[in-house]
Amino acid sequence: MSPVLHLDAVSVQFNTHAALQGVNLQMHAGERVALVGANGSGKSTLLRVAHGLLNVSHGQVRVAPEVRQAMVFQRPHMMRTSVLNFVVWGLWLQGVAWREARARAMQALERVGLQDMAERSARTLSGGQQQRLALARAWALQPNFVLLDEPTSSLDPHAKREVERLLAEWVAGSSVSLLFSSHNLGQVKRLATRVVYLEAGRVLADLPVDEFFNRPLGETHPEAHLFLKGELG
Amino acid sequence: MTTLTDTALTALRLLTDLDPLLWSIVARSLWVSVLATALACALGLMLGAWLGVARFVGRDVLLTVLNTLLALPSVVVGLVVYLLLSRTGPLGHLGWLFSLKAMVLAQTVLVLPVVTALTRQCVEDAERNHGEQWQSLGAAPGLRSVLLAWDERYALLTVLIAAFGRAISEVGAVMVVGGNIEGFTRVMTTAIALETSKGDLPLALALGLVLMSVVLLLNVCISALRRWRQRLDGAGADPVQGVLV
Repeated sequence: MSPVLHLDAVSVQFNTHAALQGVNLQMHAGERVALVGANGSGKSTLLRVAHGLLNVSHGQVRVAPEVRQAMVFQRPHMMRTSVLNFVVWGLWLQGVAWREARARAMQALERVGLQDMAERSARTLSGGQQQRLALARAWALQPNFVLLDEPTSSLDPHAKREVERLLAEWVAGSSVSLLFSSHNLGQVKRLATRVVYLEAGRVLADLPVDEFFNRPLGETHPEAHLFLKGELG
Repeated sequence: MTTLTDTALTALRLLTDLDPLLWSIVARSLWVSVLATALACALGLMLGAWLGVARFVGRDVLLTVLNTLLALPSVVVGLVVYLLLSRTGPLGHLGWLFSLKAMVLAQTVLVLPVVTALTRQCVEDAERNHGEQWQSLGAAPGLRSVLLAWDERYALLTVLIAAFGRAISEVGAVMVVGGNIEGFTRVMTTAIALETSKGDLPLALALGLVLMSVVLLLNVCISALRRWRQRLDGAGADPVQGVLV
């Protein structure tokens, strides 16, 4: 089976700072890959490269032609519009006719429990509601590859659980591929099938989730081992 | 002190008596400045939004020139437009010199850099903060500039009000290209300059009061806009920064 995403020796340079250095990554349909690592390790850059928002300095990014991507950002920008139109705009930009976009947007809002707030200004929503709205827009685009940049890091515990539940529901039993970054290792355990550990722009570990958390990494992946020790105590 | 009181009282009488000379000057001023602002905004909003998103070789140089034009003395604008419209100038065949059209053109040239530069800054900030989210949805730079400008529309309304304030309060450009002809090209600022030099202080003061009232009204508009937007967006939203406040 050919990969849906293939990063081949990808490097990204911002002036003198190397954000990514020779990163190789392959993802197949239905895989759920978590990117972990300290701040500045290159997680967000990798997501942006995979989504085509950033050009690479070296290497190649190949995305399978059948892939339809959608990205959810850490702090989704709330346009100055209604909750419903926030989703409709996203669909319209993808070429969906306004009337059809409204119907699909309502379905998406129902899915995340925001249908009663459809006419409210998107900016009046709480942080958790805003992230659910961003999920609704991504869901309405009917992607088969979803990228999420620390989708719950700025949320309170209740909103975190809610967003995570919606994500789990979305991917359960589907062939949707997920590439997400997170500092929440519990969330990584629950959502991911594979974990990629990044440090200073390099991939230092790429392991199935069970191996990453349960196998002793001290000898094979000492940096990832230290990171886990630091995070889990 | 008596002179000042007398002048103020006479000025107020001119206003309340609806002096036709005074109010014809006010109407002419408003007409010229509203038209110039509308023309400058039609071009400046598009150009500024595009500059806020587009990246090309020479952009930095263009922005430096644009920002320099922000401080362009109005009398210099008047001189340039005069040279363009004079009989031997490239636009001399239009026959616009010493007409309201020339004054509108001069004010448009004066205000265009203000609208363009402020719009560019506003859209560029928006692009930096969340442009990639629009890009993620498939919005190419051209469309993104329009969408970002639309999303920042309340902030841009403030830019329009600032532009109008600059247009209506300038004196140099309209004096040079309009000639300050009574009943034809005389506007509030040129009339104030002339009447003061002639010693007709009540008329100058009355016009000054109207001019101040117009600027005051603009600031009231900005405040109302800010409150309206805060109500619309909820308490957490950033308030519109009043340019003239």
